[in-house]
Amino acid sequence: MATVIQEVRASYAFVERNINLTRRYWGWEIVFLLYSIVNSLAVTFIGAAMQQITGQKVDTSFLVLYLLIGTLVWSYLSVVFDAISEMITWERWEGTIEYTFMAPVSRGTHMIGTVLFAIVYGIVRTGVILVVVSAFFHVDLSKADLFSSTVLLLVGSISFVGLGIVAAVLPLMFTERGSQMTRVVEAVLLLVSGVYYPVQVLPGWLQVIARISPATYVLEGMRLSLMNGANVPALAGYLIPLLVMGLASIPIGVVVFGWAERAAKRSGTLKRSG
Amino acid sequence: MSDLETPIAVEIEAVSKVFVDGASLGIVDRFRRQHPRKSVLAVDAVSLSVQRGHIYGVLGANGSGKSTLIRLVSTLLVPDQGRVLVFGHDVVKEEMTVKRLINRVSVEAAFFRVLSPMENLLYAARLYGIDGGVARKRIVEILGQLGIESEKVGEPLQKMSRGMQQKVAIARALLTSPVLLLLDEPTTGLDPRSKREVQQLVLDLRAHHDTTVVLTTHDMDEADRLCDRIAVLHHGRMVADDTPAGLKRVHGATPAATLEDIFMALTGHSIEEEEEAAPVG
Repeated sequence: MATVIQEVRASYAFVERNINLTRRYWGWEIVFLLYSIVNSLAVTFIGAAMQQITGQKVDTSFLVLYLLIGTLVWSYLSVVFDAISEMITWERWEGTIEYTFMAPVSRGTHMIGTVLFAIVYGIVRTGVILVVVSAFFHVDLSKADLFSSTVLLLVGSISFVGLGIVAAVLPLMFTERGSQMTRVVEAVLLLVSGVYYPVQVLPGWLQVIARISPATYVLEGMRLSLMNGANVPALAGYLIPLLVMGLASIPIGVVVFGWAERAAKRSGTLKRSG
Repeated sequence: MSDLETPIAVEIEAVSKVFVDGASLGIVDRFRRQHPRKSVLAVDAVSLSVQRGHIYGVLGANGSGKSTLIRLVSTLLVPDQGRVLVFGHDVVKEEMTVKRLINRVSVEAAFFRVLSPMENLLYAARLYGIDGGVARKRIVEILGQLGIESEKVGEPLQKMSRGMQQKVAIARALLTSPVLLLLDEPTTGLDPRSKREVQQLVLDLRAHHDTTVVLTTHDMDEADRLCDRIAVLHHGRMVADDTPAGLKRVHGATPAATLEDIFMALTGHSIEEEEEAAPVG
């Protein structure tokens, strides 16, 4: 019991630390939030302008909602992915990695704390973007099943957490290029997951990659739920792959991370940035 | 006899550590390299033991292997050969147990610099399982003892001098009540007054907290003043291990020999010459 309490306290250490860092870097937070809001608005305005661009009759409200779901879901997933995948990069940059890794805390506890913060931060941030963007457009959610969309987002978060942990291994293994590699992973996910378009428009080989991206299932499921009112049973085809990916990628990520940490301690690359 | 009652705090047995240049490079980088990868023998078959309650000094120039040795004890590196025991616990096989017994203060104060001393120390306290309420009181208390006024406790660390930051680093270590404290050049870069204060703190620690201290330094006077026993490292090898008086008696040419004289006698160079010759980084 004492060990559990200690691990919970340790896990909260990462949540509290990240809240404090977010508060202290408030200037950057505003800049990033502003950028995300502008990005969401710019993408959604493409939908609003489509009738004028093509000169043909277009269901503008459908298109606006389609793009808005894409931009908001991606905003949330990418924040969760970044917060987890950059846990090593960030500590290297601050110069605290050795102190954190020397503390009597299991890596699982470290990750739980990081993930908890990432999910809460992602929800709050995306909520703010949603409120601002909604003021610019008429968003019709009359058909939406908000319960099933929430379930889908939570299950999708699990699979993205797993992906984030796997990506966090890269900066641990490759001190010089690891963080750039995580950006490449994120960019590929953005391209193939159908954030702003159906994956069916992609070339065949990219569609294959799309099917192993959890973001594809989250986005397709969210659109069905929010635009067509699909309930939880109707989303089984999206929830099951997401659960499988999450349940597989989290333990794999933790094991690979542990292996990479031991390798870094053998090679002496835990701290070095070059 | 429990683990912590053992008279030996640290036992280092024939430990070696090699670093390979480019170990962090990717496959493509390695493939494209024109020259074979170089390896550096950072610690070469070092054996030593530290008595419980002692201040044990490790003296050497930059690049002599001092910090590598400290990292090996603090579970941040895995030895290639040999083993390290902390109060009888193997640092590799019983890593978590060892982590609960130790803390380390490094030459660069490893902090989140935008956070305040309170926020940084609270983070540390929670990592070591200390309740937040208890920690807050202790933090103000310890920082006060180190001469950091209460109004500074909430200010970002980046606004503080290096001496102040180093005191906060020591406070962070004290907060977790380690039985073994690893001090890796804690006074490097400090002004004379801050240096003296930190040195006094180390002496107080030994006197009042039953803490065993391993201290690396290239400051001969500091080693002479603080340490019960001193090891001299030279290019990763241990060339001497004795009390300051013993070192002077055995290796000193005259009765008035200083540790600087002893260092020159053992390595063939003064510590300044050693540091100039040491590889950068």
